[in-house]
Amino acid sequence: MSEMSNESTMVNNVIASSATRARRLNAEEIAEIEHEMELYPDKRAVGLEALKIVQKHQGWVSDESLLAIASYLDIPVADLEGVATFFNLVYRRPVGRKVILFCNSVSCWIMGCDSIKEQIEHRLGIDFGETSEDGDFTLVPVPCLGDCDRAPVMMVGDDLHRNLTPEKIDQIFEQYRKQLTADG
Amino acid sequence: MVTKPLTKNIDMSRPPLDIGAYEATDGYQSLQAIAKGLSPQDVLQLVKDSGLKGRGGAGFPTGMKWSFVPQGESSPQQKYFVVNADEMEPGTFKDRLLMEGDPHLLLEGIIIGAYTIQANISYIFLRGEYVASEQALNAAIAEARQRGYLGKNILGTGFDLDIIVHTSAGRYICGEETALLNALEGKRANPRAKPPFPQVSGLWGKPTIVNNVETVCNLPGILTYGIDWYHGLTKGNDHGTKLFGISGKVKTPGCWELPLGTTIREIIEDYGGGMRDGLSLRGFLPGGGSTDFMLPEHLDIKFDYDEVAKVGSRLATGTMILLDDQTCPVGMIGNLMKFFAHESCGYCTPCRDGLPWVDEIFRELEAGRGTEKDLEILHEHVDYLGPGRTFCALAPGATAPLGSGLKYFAEDFERHVKEQRCPYRR
Repeated sequence: MSEMSNESTMVNNVIASSATRARRLNAEEIAEIEHEMELYPDKRAVGLEALKIVQKHQGWVSDESLLAIASYLDIPVADLEGVATFFNLVYRRPVGRKVILFCNSVSCWIMGCDSIKEQIEHRLGIDFGETSEDGDFTLVPVPCLGDCDRAPVMMVGDDLHRNLTPEKIDQIFEQYRKQLTADG
Repeated sequence: MVTKPLTKNIDMSRPPLDIGAYEATDGYQSLQAIAKGLSPQDVLQLVKDSGLKGRGGAGFPTGMKWSFVPQGESSPQQKYFVVNADEMEPGTFKDRLLMEGDPHLLLEGIIIGAYTIQANISYIFLRGEYVASEQALNAAIAEARQRGYLGKNILGTGFDLDIIVHTSAGRYICGEETALLNALEGKRANPRAKPPFPQVSGLWGKPTIVNNVETVCNLPGILTYGIDWYHGLTKGNDHGTKLFGISGKVKTPGCWELPLGTTIREIIEDYGGGMRDGLSLRGFLPGGGSTDFMLPEHLDIKFDYDEVAKVGSRLATGTMILLDDQTCPVGMIGNLMKFFAHESCGYCTPCRDGLPWVDEIFRELEAGRGTEKDLEILHEHVDYLGPGRTFCALAPGATAPLGSGLKYFAEDFERHVKEQRCPYRR
C-alpha cells in the first residue's frame, strides 16, 4: 500500500515538473539565442544552437533548461527532447568541468587507443559515461575525430591532444589538474 | 604551373593565409572573372566540362547535380548552397586540413557555387568538435565581408551572399545530405525520403545544393586556371587532384594532395613511408569506414573512381585505413560495427536492430564465445542490411567492410570460433 502511494506521488511530481519547473534563461543565454535566430528563417531551427548555448553556460541541459528553451522558441518539449537526446554532444546529465571526448573509432583502435583508455581509467578512476569524484572530468567516447594520421587522439574541453601514449596521459592530466586548481 | 590547387597555400606550422596573402596567390581571381561577365550558365558549363566529381564519398558529377536546380522566373527565388563539413567518416581527416589550412579557398568555392545556382544564403554544416575550423572560417568570413566578396551586390554583380557557419553536435548520420538538412532545420536528423531530391526541394522546401568541402575547394582553380589546366592534373581517367590520406601502422601517416590516378602503392610506399618495420600489409579500406576492403594484390591499380570500382570497392573519401598483419581483422571490423550500430539514427528496422545484432556477435567472437551459427548470421546480415534494404546508405555502408572482410579474412573468423579466443591476443 505504501509503495502504491509513493508511486502516485512520483507521477504527480513528474506532471508538476513539466508544467512549472522551467528555469528562467539568463540575459546572456537569451542574447546569444536571439543572435542565432537572426541567422535562420525559422526559430525552430535554433533549437540545437539554443541547447548548446545553455549547455555552455550551465554545463549541461537539465529538464528545467529544456523546458525553458522549448517555451522560448515555441517548440514542443517532446520535439526538443528528441533533438537533445539525438546528438552525442548535448549532455542531459551533469558532467565534469572538462569533458574528455575519447576517440575509439577504427584508426585510433588500430593505433592502440584501448591502452590509452586503460590509463585514463587508472588515473582518473572513471569509465565511459562517468565523472571523476572531484567533479573535474567526464569521459565520453566519440566517433572518429578526424585526425587519424596522429592517432590515438582525444579532446579535453576544446583542446585536441594527438599521438597519445600512456605516459602522455599522465602529463596531460597533471596539467589540467593544475589549471583547474588554479581556476578554483 | 599550379599542381596542388587545394593545398598550395597550406602550411600547418603557421596560421592560414589572411585575405591579402591569399589574394597574392591568385586568390579570389575567379570572382573577378565573374564580375567581368561570366554568367551562372557559363560557370555551370565550366564545372560540367571539368568533370569534377563529388569528393564526399558518392562521387556524383558536381555540374550535373547543380543542373537539377530549377532556374528562371517560375522557380523558387530562395535557394540554398550548403557545404557538408560534418566530417565523421571513420578514418577520414581531409576536410579538416582544408578548413584549418586555407579557409579562404573554401569561401571562394562557396561564392562560385552559390552564384551558379543563384543561392543568396550558404550554410557551412560543420561538426561541433572542429573548434579550430570554426574559428578559422569565421575569421575568414569576416575578412571576405569587409573586402566586399560577401554581402550585398558582390563586386557590382548584383549578386548577394551571406555565409553562415552552423556547428553540429556530433552524429554521423548528419553526413547524409537529407539528414543534414533536417538537422539544419532544427529537427532530429533522420534522413528524408528521396525523391524529391534536395536540388528541387531541400532546406525548408527550397532548392538546395549540398556539396562536400573538398569538392567546393576544387572550384576556384577550375575558374582561375581553366579547363585545360584542370584536365592536365590527373594521372588517370577522372579529373583533378585528390586529398589522399593514410592512417594505420605506416612509418609516416598523413594526408597529401596528389593527382587522381596515382597508384595506391606509390601513396603508401613513397608518401606513407611503407609499413613500420616488422609489419606487412594485410588489407586496407580505401576511402573510410564504409568502403570494401582491398588487398595487397590491388596496390598497383590507379587510385580513381573507376579503377577502384573495378575491384569491388569505392574511392569514397580517399583516406585509406591500413590493416597490418599483427592487428586482428575481426577486431577491426568489430570496431567499425560498433560505430555503425551506435550511429544508426534508429528510423528503419534493419539498421536499428540489425547493426546492434551484428555488433553483439562481434563481442561474442572477441570474448571467445562465437559459434558457427554466428558466422552464418553475419553473412545473412550482409544481405539484410545491404543496398536497397534500408532507408538510407548508413547500413549498406556498414556491410561494405563486413561483407568484404568475411570474404577476405574468412580464416580469421573461423579461428575465433574454433579456438574460442582472439588468436591475435597475446
